[in-house]
Amino acid sequence: MAAEPNGQLEQGIGQGLLKGLAVTLKTMLRPAVTVQYPHVKPDLPPRTRGVIALKEANCTVCYKCSRECPDWCIYIDAHKETHDPAGGGRARSVKVLDRFAIDYALCMYCGICVEVCPFDALFWSPEFEYAEFDIDEMTHEKERLEDWTYTVLPPPALEEGAEPPAEAAG
Amino acid sequence: MIAATGVSVVEELFSNFWVVLVLKTAAVLGFFLVVPLGVGYLEHKVLAHMQARLGPMEAGAFHGWAQLVADGVKFIQKEDVIPAAADRTVFSLAPAVAMIPYIAILVVLPLSGSAFAEDLDVGIFFVMAMSSVSVIGVMMAGWSSANKFSLIGALRAAAQLIAYELPLVLGAAGVVMLAGTLSMVGIVEAQRDMWFVIPLAPLFLIFMIASLAELTRPPFDMPVADSEIIFGAYTEYTGLKFAFFLLAEYGGIVALSGVASVLFLGGYLSPPGLALPGPLMMMGKIGVLSFVVIWLRATYPRLREDQLQRFAWVTLVPASLVWILGTGFVKVWWQ
Repeated sequence: MAAEPNGQLEQGIGQGLLKGLAVTLKTMLRPAVTVQYPHVKPDLPPRTRGVIALKEANCTVCYKCSRECPDWCIYIDAHKETHDPAGGGRARSVKVLDRFAIDYALCMYCGICVEVCPFDALFWSPEFEYAEFDIDEMTHEKERLEDWTYTVLPPPALEEGAEPPAEAAG
Repeated sequence: MIAATGVSVVEELFSNFWVVLVLKTAAVLGFFLVVPLGVGYLEHKVLAHMQARLGPMEAGAFHGWAQLVADGVKFIQKEDVIPAAADRTVFSLAPAVAMIPYIAILVVLPLSGSAFAEDLDVGIFFVMAMSSVSVIGVMMAGWSSANKFSLIGALRAAAQLIAYELPLVLGAAGVVMLAGTLSMVGIVEAQRDMWFVIPLAPLFLIFMIASLAELTRPPFDMPVADSEIIFGAYTEYTGLKFAFFLLAEYGGIVALSGVASVLFLGGYLSPPGLALPGPLMMMGKIGVLSFVVIWLRATYPRLREDQLQRFAWVTLVPASLVWILGTGFVKVWWQ
């Protein structure tokens, strides 16, 4: 097909119109891509930013997440306790988490808290069905955040020929 | 004795002019209220699948078949808003004026050699006259709405109708020349040997294009171009009145598809080798042509206003005139 001076490709009159009709007809005969959501659950990838889960045992109450949070939607309360080690020696002070809550009415799902957490206490879960009628219910306390950890998916497999992950490389 | 009296009562009932009139009117109205809904549903589904979607799936138990019924119920519930500056009488009359012509066209549409409401001697002339009336409804709507978008839409509709009425009538004229009659049933019967789409293929094309423009269907929907003038003459309409305009549009698709199949596709006649009942054949052809109308909507973008006018006057009118001239010569030489 030779290009004409005005830059258009040379083709018969009405050929483009027929091609257009063929495209729509072919699309009609292909199955639709729609997932009928309430009846069929979407197949979400592991890294979907649905909801943030808290593994409380991993949390050291370092406050990094709540400080980095751009809209200050993470609430943390903690107190210090001193423990006498069983084997003797000086007493050790330990931070104990009293409250850890994320207000999902404020959260903008940037994921900075998950990125910044130094001890892998926060995870993304693909669950997204937690709409509420009362805005107060959108604040998830640590028990509910702990429950979300059971919905966290394993991370996606590495690509073929990728470098081994840092922790495995040792 | 009683039975005999009963038969005679029934016969008398069916020969009574007024009873027959009421029955025929009811049948035409029923056809007008049901079949366009089918076409509307077809449009929802075909358009959706051409865009790799599913379309309505929830209303009704099966594939959203009741979507348009649900829409109708919704339209009834809507508040009937009339703008303060509007001409109330004209504003309220307009939807009816836009809708009634298409009901009138259905009156002369034959579903078989015997199943029609009326076989007028001037059938196709009546159809052409009626199809021009609906634009008055659009003009009334546009003018009485007291809205600039409505007015622009109405004037575009009027300009478009004047431009495309001509190729529409010329397309039909070629058929009338070949058939030698204006009656719709007569035209169908004249196609026993050969459907007119074979000798008059270009006229069929011109007729379909002009029909699309007449119905202001995409790609000729400048009168309602939503990206330019909101919804043209229908901008200020709500509720049931708006629903009437929509019904008029789908009724128009049914009516003009029916007319096109009578003129060019042998109406209720089955293709050679098949012997299907007339009404089935006719409804099938209306369905196929309606599908094409929807298919074109899914495929082509809207033309520009000046392109539309140019296309009608510079291409369609001369082309149809040439073909009519040719038809005339052939007709005269053959006889």
